[in-house]
Order: sequence, then C-alpha cells, then structure tokens
Amino acid sequence: MMSDRVLGLVGLALAAFYIWAATIIPESFAQDAIGPSTFPMLIAAILALASLYFVLKPDPDPRWPSLNRLAEIGFALLVMFLYAQVLPVLGFVISTVLATAYLTWRLGARPVTALLNGVGTSVGLFILFELIFGLSLADGRFGF
Amino acid sequence: MDTFLSLYDGFAVALTWQNLLLALAGCFLGTMMGALPGLGPANGVAILIPLAFTMKLDATAALILLTSVYYGAMYGGRISSILLNIPGDEPAMMTCLDGYPMAKAGRAGEALALSGIASFVGAFFATWGLVFLAPQLVKIALLFKPAEYFVLYTLAFATLGGIAATNQAKSAFAAALGIGIAMIGVDTQTGVQRFTFGEVHLYDGIDFLIAIVGLFALSEVFVFLEHRDPRGAEAPRETVTIGRLTAPWSMLRRCTPTMLRSTGLGFLSGVLPGAGASLGSFLAYSVEKQVVDPTGRSFGKGDPRGVAAPEAGNNAASGGALVPMLALGVPGSGTTAVLLAVLLTLNIQPGPMLFQENPDVVWGLIAALFIANFMLLALNIPMVGLFTRVLLIPTHILMPIVAMVAFIGIYSITGSTFELSMMVGFGILGWILRKFEVPLVPIILGILLGNEMEVNLRRAMTISNGEWSTLFDSWLALALWAIAIFGFVAPIFMGKRVKRRIREAEEERIGD
Repeated sequence: MMSDRVLGLVGLALAAFYIWAATIIPESFAQDAIGPSTFPMLIAAILALASLYFVLKPDPDPRWPSLNRLAEIGFALLVMFLYAQVLPVLGFVISTVLATAYLTWRLGARPVTALLNGVGTSVGLFILFELIFGLSLADGRFGF
Repeated sequence: MDTFLSLYDGFAVALTWQNLLLALAGCFLGTMMGALPGLGPANGVAILIPLAFTMKLDATAALILLTSVYYGAMYGGRISSILLNIPGDEPAMMTCLDGYPMAKAGRAGEALALSGIASFVGAFFATWGLVFLAPQLVKIALLFKPAEYFVLYTLAFATLGGIAATNQAKSAFAAALGIGIAMIGVDTQTGVQRFTFGEVHLYDGIDFLIAIVGLFALSEVFVFLEHRDPRGAEAPRETVTIGRLTAPWSMLRRCTPTMLRSTGLGFLSGVLPGAGASLGSFLAYSVEKQVVDPTGRSFGKGDPRGVAAPEAGNNAASGGALVPMLALGVPGSGTTAVLLAVLLTLNIQPGPMLFQENPDVVWGLIAALFIANFMLLALNIPMVGLFTRVLLIPTHILMPIVAMVAFIGIYSITGSTFELSMMVGFGILGWILRKFEVPLVPIILGILLGNEMEVNLRRAMTISNGEWSTLFDSWLALALWAIAIFGFVAPIFMGKRVKRRIREAEEERIGD
C-alpha cells in the first residue's frame, strides 16, 4: 500500500513541476490556435489524475528486494554510469573488459570466468563491430 | 488484382542476394533471441535498431533484417518453453502447458517439429491476412483528418493496456509519462524550446532509441541481478532428450483443424487493439481446449494439439499486429511499437500515405515476411538442435553481452557520454516501474507518438479556429471515441477475471 502512495506523490510532484515548466514556455511570434503549452498541460493533468488514484486506491506492495540486493543493483547502476564516463578516456576495449567482468561476476560467475568473459566479450565485440562492420567505437587515449 | 501486382513488385525488391542474406541472418538471430529467456522480441529488436542504422543499410534492407528478427523471435520462444518449461518470451507461456509434458515423455523432438510447423502455418496465413486486410484499412484511414488522427492516437493509448490490464490508472500514468518525455525539445510548430532548461543535449529532444534500449534491454539486467540465484548460477541445467525431430503425418493431420482455428483467432486478436500475441496464444489455447477436449482429459498432459494451438495463435497474432501498425501507424503491442521505432528511425512514417508514396517499402517488407517464414521453417526443423544448445549459455555470460551491445548501439548513433548515462537512467527507471507493475509499452508508445498526437490536435484546432467540439464532429471520430472509451473501461470490469485465468494457467504449469 505504501509503495503505491509514494509513487502517487512522486507523480503528483512531477505533474506540478511539469505544469510549472509548461507555463514558462516562451511566447513565439508564430502562434497557432492553442499554442505550445496546452497539450503538455493536458498530459500533466492525466499524470496527476492517475497519481491521485494511486494515493487513494493503492495496489498491494510489490516484493522489494532485500537491502543487500538493492545495494547490488545500486553498484551495478554505478558501474554502468562509470562505464559511460570512462569510455572516451580508456577506450572501448579496456572499459568493456572491466564493465563486463564486473557484471558477469555479480551475476554469479566465478572471478576467473568473469574476467575471461570480460576479455572475450570486449575483444569479440570490437572485432565484430569495429573491424568487420566498421562502426566507430570509443577510441580513448590509447587508440582502441 | 492490384494487390498481387504490388506483392510481385515487393518480391522483386526483396529477392536480392544482400536482402536474402540479411533475412537469413535476421531469422537466425531472432530465433536465438526468442529462445533465450530474458531476451524477447521487443528488446532483441531494440538493441539491433541502432546497429542496423549505423551500418548504413538502406530502408528496405534494414526493415527486412529487423522484421526477420521479429518473426524469428516469435518462432524461437517455444524452444525453451518445451525443453525447460521456461517461456522464452511472454507469448510462449501457453506452449509450456503441453510442450513440456511432451518433452518429459521423451517426445521433445516431435513437439519442437510440430510447434515449428504450427508457427509456420500461423505466420504464413497471417501474412496473407496482412496482404488483404491492410489495403482495406488504408482506404478507411484515408478519410481521416487531423481530428480523427488525434482521436485514433487517444484510442491507441486507451486500449494499449489490453483486456488483461488490472490497473488502468497505471497504463494512463505510463502513457502520460511517455508523451510528457516526447514534449521535451524544440516545438515543431512554433520553434520555441520546451522543457529543456537550457541543456543543449535536450534541444533535439530525447531520442526514442535511448529510451527503448534503456527501458527494455538494460532494465532486464537489473531484473536478473535482483533475482540472481544465490546458490550459484553455474550449476548445470537439467536437460531432456530430444528424440526424433519430425512430427508424424498422423499427428499433423490431427492437428490441422486446430492450427487453422487458432490461426484465425490469433490473427484477429493481433489486429484488434489491446490484444496482441500473448492474448492470441491464450485465446487459441483456451478455445481449442473447449472445442476438442472439453472434459480436460488430455490437455495439459502433453496433447500435441495443445502445442499446435498456442504456437499457431501467437505467430498469427504477430502477423495480425502488423496490420494496424502499417496501415494506421498505430501499433497495438510492445513489439510492434519497437517495429514502429524501426520505421521512424529510417524516416518512414507508417500510415496510409506509406502505401501510396513508398509502396516498394511496404510490399518489399511483406514479401520479406513471406521469405522469412520459409527460412524459419527450414531453420527451425532441422537445426533446432543448434538452438537448443544456445539455451545452455548461462545468463551471467549472456546478460553482460546484451548490456554491452546496448551501449555500443547507443554510442554509435550519439557518440556521447550524456546519452549513454541517460540510457542507464532509463534502465533503472524501467526496473523501478516494473516493480510497481507500471507497463513500459505505453511509455515507449508515448515517446514515439506523442509529438504526432500533439501536431494533429493543433492542426485540428487551427482548422476549427480553436473550437474543441471539432474533436466530436464526425461519425468516424465519434466511433473512435466509443471504441477508446470501451477499450479503457472494459478491462476495469473484465481485466481481473482474464488475468486470473492466465494466472491459473501459469500455476498449472509451475505445479507440474
């Protein structure tokens, strides 16, 4: 019950923010019948109504994972964000070895298997996409 | 006769060596993706879109590749249903009911062969249905003016939750979220910035591919991390012996009426808004059970007809779902929403004008579907052993690869860290929303169609000088409103019952 209420409150806040953001859309000399802010406000109204429904008639709570599983997901999220950041610096091959190995390890493989999958995935995808299909993957400082 | 001529031209487009090779590759990849649990048709196609785009394939070629993947995934879903009792994708759930018992009885090969043939029958006749029905629907669609288009989009969102939806507020929430995201960026009508807050990366709006890949493919990685088996995932899976890989003639003959009935039902539920492949296979199975085995003597215990029905049903539905997607530009399911994304990426706006202005694309695509069908039949019967070996790849090897391919795809179209981070953001958002049972498909559809919906509303309002009554001015619009309201309200009363039936079937499967 609580979870849906929280979702509803977040939705209401989002709708309010959205309506505010719609009111500050600058005026334009090219104006049509209803302007650029009417439709977004309509949508925000629907968002607000749906959110209000969650607050008033919440579904039973989903089964949230235990704290250490949540941490697991949080760390994976962090690793993916880091991957996006270091990609232009370290280049595709090194970054991908690290990210793949981490994910493989956390999904239940032994560290050695994880490292092997990291190297295999990285090199394999590099050969397939950069060398065969000619996509430009991130080059980084070292050129690969 | 026109239809046949167009189809003939379509084959001329599709039958080049390059396109045949792409179709073959697509069928192969698709079957693999469909077979692997956790990698369904929607996210399979999603991670391939940016790649097909950056490989600079022309529109027809890219379409052929990706629709082959789509049909292939629909074929492939049955493999793990039968062998492991785990549906490879959602529509293949019903196939577990009789497929797995057949496999346990040492008849896995027969079940695989029969379901392959049933898939072929379903998809083949549904493609013919598409050939004849889509041009008729186009004739109606040509009568649509902006007001009717706006109502049509409303209808699409209202019915998207489907008949099995349990909480329509959550579907509405998702649709509004998606449309809201679509509004970000330059307003096409007046050229002013909306919801960008001075962030340069947002000026062009949020690329729908980033959202799709994040919501579908990356969120799956988080789901696997959440449910990782604590006992260690490296334990070998129990496998069943496959046996001979053919279906005897007598079995095929006995299943023929079943396949035909299920094809019809599946096709219909694919065409109708709010149904889709999952409901197609569910309906096909339940009706067939009523017709041939009302006392429940053999269904659920390994009856071949219980394997043929849902497979013909879900493959027919996936063909049927292409009718509204191509003729109206309004997809009715998650996977067809992703196919719409394919078309939009290639700068093709589906709808009635597509049939008039780019008949080569439409008919080339339809011809490709026929070709893909025959290839899939050829791939799936003799080579099914190869695909079953794919099932032995553990998820901890597979999911990181999927994640990396997702990153490569988005990086190759944007080349920017900002967009990659945004994709990760969508990934975790998708995981959270799934926990709340907020459906993801309306979000995707909202991002895809939001701008078009607004443009049509504003055009209609400009034509009518700001009179809102223009939205209710024609019989066509009123009829569309009526369907939209019915489609939104009906599940509130029926959704729980349908869902319960599906749950019961699911429990029966797990109980085995």
